[in-house]
Amino acid sequence: MADATFDSALVAKRADETVESPMRRALRRLRRRKGAVVGLIVIALFIVVAIFAPLISPFDPAAQSWTSVRKAPSALHWLGTDDVGRDVLARVIYGARASLLAGVISVAIAVSVGVPLGLVSGYLGGWIDALLSRITDAMLAVPFLILAIALAAFLGPSLTNAMIAIGVTTTPIFIRLTRGQVMAVKVEDYVEAARAIGNPRWRIALFHILPNILPALLVQGTLSIAAAIIAEAALSFLGLGQQPPAPSWGSMLNSAQRFLTTASWMAIWPGLAIFVTVLSFNLVGDGLRDALDPKER
Amino acid sequence: MLTFLAKRILQLIPTLFFVSVLIFSLQQLLPGDPALIMAGEDRDPAVIEQIRKQYRLDQPIPVQYVFWVKGVLSGDLGESMRNKQKVLDLVLQKLPVTMQLAAMAIIIALSIGITAGVISAVYKDTPLDYAANVFALWGLSTPNFWLGIMLIFLFSVQLGWLPPSGYVPLTEDWRQSLATTIMPAFVLGNAIAAVLMRHTRSAMLQALNSDYVRTARAKGLLERSVVLKHAMRNALTPVITLGALEFGTLLSGAVLTEQIFTIPGFGKLIIDAVFNRDYAVVQGVVLVTATTYITLNLLADVLYVLVNPRLRA
Repeated sequence: MADATFDSALVAKRADETVESPMRRALRRLRRRKGAVVGLIVIALFIVVAIFAPLISPFDPAAQSWTSVRKAPSALHWLGTDDVGRDVLARVIYGARASLLAGVISVAIAVSVGVPLGLVSGYLGGWIDALLSRITDAMLAVPFLILAIALAAFLGPSLTNAMIAIGVTTTPIFIRLTRGQVMAVKVEDYVEAARAIGNPRWRIALFHILPNILPALLVQGTLSIAAAIIAEAALSFLGLGQQPPAPSWGSMLNSAQRFLTTASWMAIWPGLAIFVTVLSFNLVGDGLRDALDPKER
Repeated sequence: MLTFLAKRILQLIPTLFFVSVLIFSLQQLLPGDPALIMAGEDRDPAVIEQIRKQYRLDQPIPVQYVFWVKGVLSGDLGESMRNKQKVLDLVLQKLPVTMQLAAMAIIIALSIGITAGVISAVYKDTPLDYAANVFALWGLSTPNFWLGIMLIFLFSVQLGWLPPSGYVPLTEDWRQSLATTIMPAFVLGNAIAAVLMRHTRSAMLQALNSDYVRTARAKGLLERSVVLKHAMRNALTPVITLGALEFGTLLSGAVLTEQIFTIPGFGKLIIDAVFNRDYAVVQGVVLVTATTYITLNLLADVLYVLVNPRLRA
């Protein structure tokens, strides 16, 4: 009798406890990480700036003025002007578009190619896995930026080709990560159960395995956007990305290099913009890694 | 050990095959007729014909590939369109410059990264730990070309302490050589130091929580001896092999750093080749980089087995 009372009390207590979904738990943990929250706010700010650039920007980023060449920061030009009299603030604001676009699109290319290939490789195994793994090894054997430079050089210099080059170069990272995650998850009981009740392989891969490896992909995706932003800036700095007169933080640094003695502001602001954006993505990536780690409480 | 080495070398064969296919395929990305593009602006019909013959562009792609691989295996990476020099000779000329930079960068990265990682782990959750973590985030988030420009601005333009660009070989004047390479080496080493710091911290935390460290402390050993002799010696094994794997980051970084500091090395060679549309040089540089990277990976694996007694058994 006493046992029955104890059991019913325990059941009632458990029913009272709210069941927290994994997503809600991850969000709660993420909110506790100040760095990640600050990173998210900064990224949101940059996205707003990129979208509403025509409304925010004080000047046309391509408008040249020979009467205000390399003017120091002032009330009219807050961040100064460049070597052909263009407003640096306007170019930093518009440059956010190229950087964020390159970060997101190149990672989207890598995810959309890499994740399906990783799923197939890890889930099916056999010769497909062996073949894909060797191709992945080969791509990873060429240092990231060198492969991106070579691809961009052969494709021709433009922002689109730079994004393709960065996307292709990032793809093997996602193939390898997805493959590893799938191999760890496919031996779990719930996958066995899904197979036992007769689910087809594509359904198991898409609806049972993929949702369970999403956290790792999300973390890698965020960190890869940071790397892609640096890579785009590097390609534009070398003249292989965004072409003039369209603004890009990397190409702004390229022209700034020649005027360090007379117009240092030309180099400071675009570099700072890249640094702050990349730092924010890294902070969010680190925060997500901790928030989505099942070992964390 | 020999079986391990043999297995590991056998695994490299398919990887090297796909690397060669990847690099050869780059040429196929050129829009239009590669012979026309390679001929440059002159477009002399005789030159175009010579390029077609030299690269067998009039033959099917698999045949072109076989001839290309044959050439590569016999050390013929092609010829530079620009200065008519053999690509392999060009690479070998430039490699020592980049190797000097890379060696200095690795020394800087190991000294900063390992020191910061050990301090961060030993003083976990203290301001020192936070400072080391901030340093790691800074290192990972700073674009090295911007850091390079800022260092030139500070140490060359403002303070006038170091030359802003150029290169003097070590054999010519070692002081000048160090003066011209210290800034680029720091720029290169900075990002790697951040990665090494994170790995050292995590390996040290694991080591400091292990049973043998607890035993060492229980024996009454000095904390310094516990950290330096017991924990660090074990924690650093994977970190040092990781240094070899960071070689790829070094070469990628060298491309930008050499461009900024006008250092005539391997990185500048590829960029100059890109702008001169000297595609044979681009392919050659990528091939040498990949092969060096694969070899270093193999050496890192062997080193890891050699220094880890548990894996040797």
